[in-house]
Amino acid sequence: MNKLIDFVITSIKVSLTGSRKYYAWLASLLIMVLFGAYSYYYQLKYGLIITDIRDQVSWGSYIANFTFLVGVAAAAVMIVLPAYLYNYKEFKHITIFGELMAVGALTMCLSFVLVDLGRIDRMFHLLPFVGTPNWPQSMLTWDVIVLNGYLFLNLLIPGYLLYKAYVREKPRKWIYIFILISIPWAVSIHTVTAFLYGGLAARPFWNTAIMAPRFLASAFTAGPALMIIILQIVRRYTCIGQPGCKLVVTDRALFTLAHIALISMLVNLFFLGSEIYTVAYAATSHLAPLKYLFFGLEHNGVHYAKLQPYMWAAITMEIIAALLLLFPRTRKNFTTLNIACIFAFLGIWTEKGMGLIIPGFIPTPIGEIWEYYPTLMEIMITLAVWALGFLVYTLLLKVAIAIEAEEVVHPSAKDKEMPEAH
Amino acid sequence: MVDESRRDFLKKAAAGATAAVIPFANVRIPVIDVTLEEFLQKHYKEMSEEEKQRVIERLKKEYREKYGIDATIKTTPPKEGVVWGYALNIQKCIGCRRCVYACVRENNQSRANPKEPWRGEIQWIRVLEFEKFEIHPGEKGKDFRTKFGEVLAGINLEESEHYYHPEKVPEKDKFYMPIQCQQCERPPCVKVCPTKATWKEPDGIIVVDYNWCIGCRFCIAACPYWARRFNWSDPYIPREEINPKMHYLGNRIRMRGVVEKCTFCIQRTREGRYPACVEACPVGARKFGNLLDPESDVRKVLEKKRVFRLKEELGTQPKFFYFMD
Repeated sequence: MNKLIDFVITSIKVSLTGSRKYYAWLASLLIMVLFGAYSYYYQLKYGLIITDIRDQVSWGSYIANFTFLVGVAAAAVMIVLPAYLYNYKEFKHITIFGELMAVGALTMCLSFVLVDLGRIDRMFHLLPFVGTPNWPQSMLTWDVIVLNGYLFLNLLIPGYLLYKAYVREKPRKWIYIFILISIPWAVSIHTVTAFLYGGLAARPFWNTAIMAPRFLASAFTAGPALMIIILQIVRRYTCIGQPGCKLVVTDRALFTLAHIALISMLVNLFFLGSEIYTVAYAATSHLAPLKYLFFGLEHNGVHYAKLQPYMWAAITMEIIAALLLLFPRTRKNFTTLNIACIFAFLGIWTEKGMGLIIPGFIPTPIGEIWEYYPTLMEIMITLAVWALGFLVYTLLLKVAIAIEAEEVVHPSAKDKEMPEAH
Repeated sequence: MVDESRRDFLKKAAAGATAAVIPFANVRIPVIDVTLEEFLQKHYKEMSEEEKQRVIERLKKEYREKYGIDATIKTTPPKEGVVWGYALNIQKCIGCRRCVYACVRENNQSRANPKEPWRGEIQWIRVLEFEKFEIHPGEKGKDFRTKFGEVLAGINLEESEHYYHPEKVPEKDKFYMPIQCQQCERPPCVKVCPTKATWKEPDGIIVVDYNWCIGCRFCIAACPYWARRFNWSDPYIPREEINPKMHYLGNRIRMRGVVEKCTFCIQRTREGRYPACVEACPVGARKFGNLLDPESDVRKVLEKKRVFRLKEELGTQPKFFYFMD
């Protein structure tokens, strides 16, 4: 128990000490969080009126970002699965970065849901015993369960493994059971999130069986793309490359991630194409949201097309990313690889964030066209949640890197070798 | 079994906790501005009669202090053997929107605040305007429309106009279709609610416990009839416009951050009166009654007129019927 307390204290110390650049990074994130907190104070005080969400478009930036980030969280499985099921060595060294990314993403997901609530003071109505959760009927109760369960798994697994590394002990077998559970659990979080929308017959744009598969495909593109960028940053700002450094992030690991992103992107584009074909060829009244998304809608001589430029930009970025990832020469060149990753990430963020949530509401089920565009305060809250997620991720990464690089060790284990499993 | 007793125990513990905090019941939590008592209030269906009365007394006091009105807030339960149904004559409707405004006055919806122009009035009824089309068979290059002549053969909601403002209604080549909560027998909004804050009453009315709703707005997304509204800010109602005859599940004044909707004027219909929209209609296009009573207005419409329901293919089974003579 004492060792555990030492672990926690050391972790806090390590996460709060660093170079000047590190402090600057933390400070800038913190400032963004504070700006958002200031806006959120107004939202609490005056209600969601400070956003541009209204009865016509009743979810906006918050839920759009939530949806996208559930995918990023789920994508950790793309590292865990090859590492543990196929014993892929290159990924063993980086699983922890993936799992902690899931924690950062989940922090954002849960925060986005919370800031979207009209009555956060009544949040506990969702909980068993003190509240009345509508389980199993409501998909949102399922989402609460799977998201919190996934957060628990991704805190437990890296937490336990880091602790064991800190005290130089071999991890016990039972942790592998949790690692195995975390694999289907990752799939479940994004499936349930897709079912939130897919189950609504009132919204033809969402009411399609391709929703969950498409969500997973796009998640397994955006997640690895972000991972590739982050791992390069880790390589740059840690001891990697210096003699005696115990951290390992190989080029091969990055290229395998790029391969995963490529295949997922192609599958994602295929799913998107299937969806567009089915809706467009049948050309029922269900076509309107899709038309709005790509070309805008006409009503009384007014052209409504606020999302149109973003959507074309997204599709263009996705196709460029797919092409850059497709050819080995551009995939294995870090400049083009990074462009591909950034494009893939931004493209999917647009396509399955705002590009998926907003047109679901346009036109309304009774035919009104009403456009949504986030307000400044809403954008500030959105950015703050992103900053909060990155803040959490940064602090966790800092600890993980220090322990994995064997820079910190429990005093009692100083002379011990790092056990094999690490 | 174990689960039940545990639940029971926790409930009692929670009730005990409520009793224990009574000395601090009026302490206000800052920013979100709710009292501790309100914060710890139970789900409507889980409250005893005593607890309901306590809550009602609190609400009355609140309205007295805030608006200077003496309200009555009833909890009249549904009558046995009653399932409410509604029928609207789409051929008669002249699009005057008197039902819309009567509904707002009756049900204490938030009004447009002249000082805050970005805040509009909440309306539960939306009247859609459609163009009539003549049949022009054989005319080259023209799409054959789904609605033509005096006969309405179909409705494409996406071709509707929501914000029509002519000098006089009805306009010659237009017809009108009011849409409000269809009180579905299989309501998707109830299914998706994560906290059971909205449910179908035994008389078929979908109600909301405004003190239990967490404001996630999943029900708004799930409703195929766009019948639910959200309180984006604190409601604004001038004192003299408040209707003091209230029902707990109906027209009592709401708070910011919760969803509301048409209840067929539960505060009226459960006392044997017609909904406000039925009374306000100048052409008698609106019929209301007990679906289980063969002699009711609605049943007669169902038997004698040509009837359709909106979006029947979705399987929501509305108890709101549109008809033609």
